[in-house]
Amino acid sequence: MSANDFLSGGFAAAPESSDHFEIKKSYDLFIDGKWVKAPKQFETINPATDEVISRVGFAGKKEINQAVKGARKAYDSVWSKMPPAERGKYLFRIARLIQERAREFAVVESMDGGKPIRESRDVDVPLAAAHFFYHAGWADKLKYAFPGAEVSSIGVVGQVIPWNFPLLMAAWKIAPALACGNTVVLKPAETTPLTALKLAELIQDAGLPPGVVNIVSGAGDTGQALVRHPDVDKVAFTGSTAVGKAIRRSVAGTGKRFTLELGGKAANIVFEDAPINEAVEGIVNGIFFNQGHVCCAGSRLFVQESIADKVIKKLKKRIESLVIGNPLDKNTDIGAINSGEQLARIKNLVKVGKDEGACIWQPSGGVPRKGNWFKPTLFTQCAQSHRIVQEEVFGPVLAIQTFRTPQEAIAKANNTPYGLSGGVWTDKGSKIFKMTTGLNAGVVWANTFNKFDPSSPFGGYKESGIGREGGLHGLSAYCQLSH
Amino acid sequence: MSNPGIPKTYKLFIGGKFPRTESGRILEVTGPKGEFLANASRASRKDFRNSVVAARKASGSWAGTTAYLKGQILYRIAEVLDGRKDQFVKEMSLLGVSSKSAMEDVVASIDLLVHYAGWSDKYQQLFSSVNPVSSPHFNFSLPEPSGVVGVVAPSDGSLAGLVSAMAPIVVGGNAAVVLLSGNPLSAISFAEVLATSDVPGGVINILTGLRSELVPEFARHMDVNALLLCSDDAEERKNTELEAVENLKRVVLSPDKALTQSPYHICDFQEIKTTWHPVGV
Amino acid sequence: MSALKLAVSMLDVTTLEGADSVGKVSQMCQKAMHPLAQDPSIGPAAAVCVYPRMVKAAADVVKGSKVKVAAVATQFPSGQMRLKERLAEVRYAVGEGADEIDMVISRGQFFQGEYRAIYDEVAACKEACGKAHLKVILETGELTTYDNVRYASDMSMAAGADFIKTSTGKVPIAATLPVTLVMLQAIDDFYERTGRMVGMKPAGGISNAKLALQYLVMVREVLGPKWLTNKWFRFGASSLTNDLLMQIRKQETGLYQSGDYFTKD
Repeated sequence: MSANDFLSGGFAAAPESSDHFEIKKSYDLFIDGKWVKAPKQFETINPATDEVISRVGFAGKKEINQAVKGARKAYDSVWSKMPPAERGKYLFRIARLIQERAREFAVVESMDGGKPIRESRDVDVPLAAAHFFYHAGWADKLKYAFPGAEVSSIGVVGQVIPWNFPLLMAAWKIAPALACGNTVVLKPAETTPLTALKLAELIQDAGLPPGVVNIVSGAGDTGQALVRHPDVDKVAFTGSTAVGKAIRRSVAGTGKRFTLELGGKAANIVFEDAPINEAVEGIVNGIFFNQGHVCCAGSRLFVQESIADKVIKKLKKRIESLVIGNPLDKNTDIGAINSGEQLARIKNLVKVGKDEGACIWQPSGGVPRKGNWFKPTLFTQCAQSHRIVQEEVFGPVLAIQTFRTPQEAIAKANNTPYGLSGGVWTDKGSKIFKMTTGLNAGVVWANTFNKFDPSSPFGGYKESGIGREGGLHGLSAYCQLSH
Repeated sequence: MSNPGIPKTYKLFIGGKFPRTESGRILEVTGPKGEFLANASRASRKDFRNSVVAARKASGSWAGTTAYLKGQILYRIAEVLDGRKDQFVKEMSLLGVSSKSAMEDVVASIDLLVHYAGWSDKYQQLFSSVNPVSSPHFNFSLPEPSGVVGVVAPSDGSLAGLVSAMAPIVVGGNAAVVLLSGNPLSAISFAEVLATSDVPGGVINILTGLRSELVPEFARHMDVNALLLCSDDAEERKNTELEAVENLKRVVLSPDKALTQSPYHICDFQEIKTTWHPVGV
Repeated sequence: MSALKLAVSMLDVTTLEGADSVGKVSQMCQKAMHPLAQDPSIGPAAAVCVYPRMVKAAADVVKGSKVKVAAVATQFPSGQMRLKERLAEVRYAVGEGADEIDMVISRGQFFQGEYRAIYDEVAACKEACGKAHLKVILETGELTTYDNVRYASDMSMAAGADFIKTSTGKVPIAATLPVTLVMLQAIDDFYERTGRMVGMKPAGGISNAKLALQYLVMVREVLGPKWLTNKWFRFGASSLTNDLLMQIRKQETGLYQSGDYFTKD
């Protein structure tokens, strides 16, 4: 296949340039406004090329103590005393700086995590800036958010974030915490520490007082030490349901506030009166956006039986045109799987799916030799009782079932311990509202999918988590209310 | 050697441009010792009419601009104003205002802009509702901007007075025509800030002129949807309300001084729209 | 680069002005035949597109070349006339030497709900075309909603259209990527149902090469490489020609180009 022939070859390479900024060879921990050496370091690699990008610090108990102490001091002596409008101004400044360095952050995000540059550039980074803008505006307006209640800040917040939207999750955590008058110690994910550490540099540029935000890289133990620290007043966690339960256990009896944003297995429901071509785009976006590394991914397709063959045929055709490849190429639709561990997990569950009798389909074409890759995958002939339908894969794997009536769709969509999100596709307005009313999920998308906005609350029912982030409803997690 | 300098011409701000008043009349601006400072434009009813046309033209797409972008633009106005603080202090000192008061006025104006920028994507969450009607309908109420709003700013000529009146109206998605009867220098310099802050032309229009001449025009115009009048004069208030009856203009009366900082000033210039849709298969 | 050259071969070089004369049309036809004087390997364009009165003049100039002559007909651009006269116009243009006819559907009748009339007029024009091939202009800017565009596309294809086309270029809103996507999807579904290929032509609003390439990518991803020839895809554009040529030059030399080096005809 000649790469030069538009008719038969691949698209000409369109690489995003990555030479106009610096990634340091090594990063320390950002504690109390200073860069502090960790006792040891570990490598962070580019999952598309297996190349080492940088080395970052592995924070231990001592460093966590230091960070919490710095956050406490900053809270007591500076941040809680500062007029709220001034706190807001710092957040506005951070938002502006992210906008100014947007391209750099997008490229680093794609290099460190594997997601396509089009996504990091057009979704992750703009939303991160928007999150800081939105919450900056709340800083001096909290009394309006809670009618009849007295509002105050909580104190020191410990936050642990995942590897699927590293910068965006940092923004989702830091912005509201600061806007509500708290100080922060945040631990980025083990495989994607870089954008959080660059954010720390940016926060320094913004002149934020030392100790208000502390960024400590590390692994599972680091997060555990942070969450269990007795001087952390509130814990915020986004990640797997299993770890979320462990955290819930560890805060029991301590009086610590907490919010958890965990896994999902969302039902994407397509009715026969849906605009079919648009629904197919929505299905594709629902499960293949960010390689399916999305807690609210539409990983279970429910298609009305009368149109199932048609939809599946169109779906397969559409998937054949998706480009899997170098995350830094602007043509790429599907990037690399974040890590070897995640790839192994996906492969294992896909094998389970095949073994239990579901019918697997993947598009033609190969994947790059180096790095972690998994082709978009469909399982048809699925049923509720299949593990591939019940368990979260967190990869580009869609399990497809048919349904006959709206009631059946709702019952099966809700028949899961998860409850994060859901999708409904139909042209009929009343049916939309009937479905959205019946689905037990924290976010329901009608005739769209994977839409996010800082003003729109996000969070799950049941084992998908506790609490909401973003919007008016996301503020209470970071405030003390007396009423 | 004397350096005569290049003194600024103070014109009106209409549709994103700086035209002179079509009437050719001036308002002579003098300093505390009676010394000549500038000839500002004395706006006529035709200038006002042209402003309403410009505002109406801009109001549709401004109302449709995302809340996020509106907030960005207001924040940008604050950024540009912050960079020009000294210019404003110097100008106000020509009128006899002390540097300390002048700086307080400018800083207060910047803070007002930042404050209201932050409301752009939040007031809707406070003033909307999903209504629990007893029939199987999804029923929701949303605020929508009134459209073109006339603003008679506080007459003390302070920048904060102007901004406190105008910002909540504009962040709410309305296009404004503002009358400044006090200090025309700061008003027009502020217009320069607006012109360089990505504010679409026509969203904010600023006229310098006499209240006695123009307030009745603001009140009478059939294509102005609402009016904010900052006045302590009982007769002026009553006459304005009477003149505004013909198109049932919404009239908000306020004391003749800077407004407080509050989302309710946004709400004053919103209409509430309630929508019903059945729920069912 | 191959996409840029492909795009040049898909151009319907167009002039549809009240002031068109034999001289103007002849000069435009020269440009269509050799768009880049210094480089005969570029081009020719697919066709020239003119009013019926200009068909003979155009046909005389392009005779012997690969450039086809397309004529707008059926009371272009409004379509607001009785069918009888509109069909006569088609026959006249074909008689003068048109290889292709670009007709307009009656949007007025569409909005009156007379959908059958739309089907009938397309079928009648197809018959009047004889050997000439028929492009059906939907005037998507007036149809406004995607549902209307889809419906009109389906009807036109069912009635025998060889091509469906977005616009006349005479109303403010012309071709857009979303509207084109809807039409490509309609063509794809029609092909699935019937096995018959129908071509597509976005017209108006495609002012630069980058945008043209985005359209080609969309065709490739929705319909596939089979549609990527000027037999099944055309661009209705005038200023696009020189931008494509400038981009081809830039790809070859690495230098940004100036309009001075490309002919205006």
